[in-house]
Amino acid sequence: MNSVASTTTQDTDDHGPAKGIKRWLFTTNHKDIGTLYLWFAFIMFLTGGAMAMVIRAELFQPGLQIVEPHFFNQMTTVHGLIMVFGAVMPAFTGLANWMIPIMIGAPDMALPRMNNLSFWILPFAFTILLASLFVEGGGPAFGWTFYAPLSTTYSGDSTALFVFSVHIMGISSIMGAINVIVTICNMRAPGMTWMKMPLFVWTWLITAFLLIAVMPVLAGAVTMVLTDKYFGTSFFDAAGGGDPVMFQHIFWFFGHPEVYIMILPAFGIISTIVPTFSRKPLFGYSSMVYATASIALLSFIVWAHHMFTTGMPVYAELFFMYCTMLISVPTGVKVFNWVATMWRGAISYEVPMMFSVAFIVLFTFGGFSGLMLAITPVDFQYHDTYFVVAHFHYVLVTGAIFSLIAATYYWLPKWTGVMYDLVLAKWHFWCSLISVNLLFFPMHFIGLAGMPRRIPDYSIQFAGWNQLISIGGFAFGLSQLIFLVLVIKACRKRGAVVNHQVWDGAKGLEWQLPSPAPYHTFEKPPKIE
Amino acid sequence: MSQQDKSQYYVPAQSPWPIVGACAFFLIAFGAGHMVADLQDPQASQWGSLLLIAGVLVLFIMLAGWFKDQINESRSGLHNRQLGISYRQGMLWFIFSEIMFFAAFFGALLYLRVIAVPWLGGDSNNAMTHAVLWPDFVPQWPLTETPDGTKTQAMGYWGLPLINTVILLTSSVTIHFADLGLKKGNRKQLSSMLFITILLGIGFLFLQVEEYIHAYQDLGLTLSSGVYGNTFFMLTGFHGLHVTLGTLFLLVMWLRIVRGHFSSENHFAFLAASWYWHFVDIVWLCLFLFVYVL
Ligand code: HEM
Ligand SMILES: [Cu+2]
Repeated sequence: MNSVASTTTQDTDDHGPAKGIKRWLFTTNHKDIGTLYLWFAFIMFLTGGAMAMVIRAELFQPGLQIVEPHFFNQMTTVHGLIMVFGAVMPAFTGLANWMIPIMIGAPDMALPRMNNLSFWILPFAFTILLASLFVEGGGPAFGWTFYAPLSTTYSGDSTALFVFSVHIMGISSIMGAINVIVTICNMRAPGMTWMKMPLFVWTWLITAFLLIAVMPVLAGAVTMVLTDKYFGTSFFDAAGGGDPVMFQHIFWFFGHPEVYIMILPAFGIISTIVPTFSRKPLFGYSSMVYATASIALLSFIVWAHHMFTTGMPVYAELFFMYCTMLISVPTGVKVFNWVATMWRGAISYEVPMMFSVAFIVLFTFGGFSGLMLAITPVDFQYHDTYFVVAHFHYVLVTGAIFSLIAATYYWLPKWTGVMYDLVLAKWHFWCSLISVNLLFFPMHFIGLAGMPRRIPDYSIQFAGWNQLISIGGFAFGLSQLIFLVLVIKACRKRGAVVNHQVWDGAKGLEWQLPSPAPYHTFEKPPKIE
Repeated sequence: MSQQDKSQYYVPAQSPWPIVGACAFFLIAFGAGHMVADLQDPQASQWGSLLLIAGVLVLFIMLAGWFKDQINESRSGLHNRQLGISYRQGMLWFIFSEIMFFAAFFGALLYLRVIAVPWLGGDSNNAMTHAVLWPDFVPQWPLTETPDGTKTQAMGYWGLPLINTVILLTSSVTIHFADLGLKKGNRKQLSSMLFITILLGIGFLFLQVEEYIHAYQDLGLTLSSGVYGNTFFMLTGFHGLHVTLGTLFLLVMWLRIVRGHFSSENHFAFLAASWYWHFVDIVWLCLFLFVYVL
């Protein structure tokens, strides 16, 4: 058995990473994998962003301008899929990989090899999805929600590729989530009790639970689409006794928890950054934990607020309306707590804080438009208009994406050991803030006025606002290139060297480590006071 | 067993297997995507299926290599208690995700039966739907005649399904005895009981194939005969797939046991296999109740 022991060495000595490409292909290191996730997410963010530029270019003027309607539909579809599954989710998983082991005093994720597998599935899955755009007849064009019968009866030959790429993305997310949950449950350093865990860890624990619960349901939904399209089943076809509305039930049973999967870790990030720069402990830590848990539980019983106009019985409409409104209570608790944390704090506006404050204001705004949409009779007017597009971009772009940017500005010095270019960072903030509102705010107006979403043409009275929106869109897209340059510079260590305590008010184990954080941390569990 | 200090963690070295696995998934997804899209077209080239087969092969190579490393580590005492707990928790969450996968199909069954089919017959606020679309449609479950007139016969629960239920229930008991044998250190009981479990699993699969043949040939019940056939074949089919994987899993465990692997303390893989088997059993009980009996 000695020969065995020598081939499977134990990797706890503090040597550096392997050399060359092998480091990244074979790695079991949570920081390497976190970095891979983050870069992958950023590349996908730019790819999906490029598709958004196509959409906005087409909508710059009324009438069909640049692309074919069918191609337009492919762009809206793949833009949505890439941003949700390729950008936001992997970016949060990247942060989880980098930070959770450090925050709880663990040496690595609980299942490091599976961690590598979870990541490397993603580039392949998105290669398939992007390749499907080049199939004869085009890629998926049925919206990121792939409603039947658009995705069954009326879809192209690439649908099977879409289905299987979603399958393997799902496998990746489930494995990633299992890893996070097991790491948090089982790898905490002695003394790191549940109610001492940083909120980012708490929110990710609950997110991971949501992922494991709903990604399989998505797998079920795509499987039924596959068999309906190719194998003669009629789950979503009334002629065989099925029901296209059932597709929406299954999809949104996944879909609504999914939107919380994309926002709960953001709550954790904001709850980390705001106390640091307010130089006060977080207001109402335990209420934050309970609020997160109740949001997660409620998220399972609100899904049909996406389906108010499908002709559900009235009692169902009312049930889903009230449950949806109920969610805004714990969400309100959170916003209240952030503001209360800042109240009478010694606030300083470093870049992460700027993005966090923007998050608090603009995410709340998206929450309010969500409440409007939750009112069933009112939603009959708003549904499938640009008002919905405005709503979910406020919660996702100025919510999820802003929190991701804030997190990057917060932890980037810890990752690289240098302070990034502050001038560029401030440019990035102000350009993003202004352009994002130019981009999404007027969508409320044209939505209320009745402009439908997912249509390449529109009636001429919407022309003015659309032009402004497109300009905002291009500006927002370009602003993210500033971010790209900034991050590349920081990764190449251009900037002032920082010490371990990058921000004077920051608490948590990560700030006890040197910057950049060493390749292996906490081979022996740290002491938690 | 743990030669290590408890306060030390175990972090495995770099491994080539995960990326091999990712390639396997790529080949499977890309291959299956092309194969399925080419189904209707008899002239299409076969490279989709070839990729798919290659992917499955690579997947098995990956699993073999990965588990070989894992087994060697475990048997040379590199794993500590904490890692054992991680594996256990990971396996339980994996089973939970599987439960949710089946839940999607059970949910569909429930929705179709309780809502979609009655509504097509005019229930709730759908009188006009019924009158205008398919006035002759009679809502019933099992749905033996669909709105567009596809006819089929329902599968009763007497006979094969009942026998299969008995088989799987027995196998749950036998694997429990195998587990007891392991805990007591009675390896004879362990290997013989496990062997019986595997035989029962194979027997179940065999009868399921018989049942499918019966459905297709005698009852006219096929995957495409309306939502009754859809839910019947999707639920029993995915369950059968899980029985197949579970049986393979148990078979590997048996081969390891014959070679003297596992001890009363160190037997995570066996435990995982038995949990998986119990899970597959419970899914069958739900199936038997909701698909066959009710
Ligand atoms: C106060 C909390 C919220 C409420 C009350 C709410 C309510 C709603 C309602 C009723 C709709 C359906 C509108 C329609 O299609 O007619 C909707 C759509 C949507 N919401 Fe929210 N929402 C909230 C928060 C969020 C958050 C936090 C996210 C994501 C981070 C989110 C993401 C979305 C998305 C992506 C859609 C559109 C899906 C689609 O049709 O493509 N929402 N929301
Ligand atoms: Cu929702």
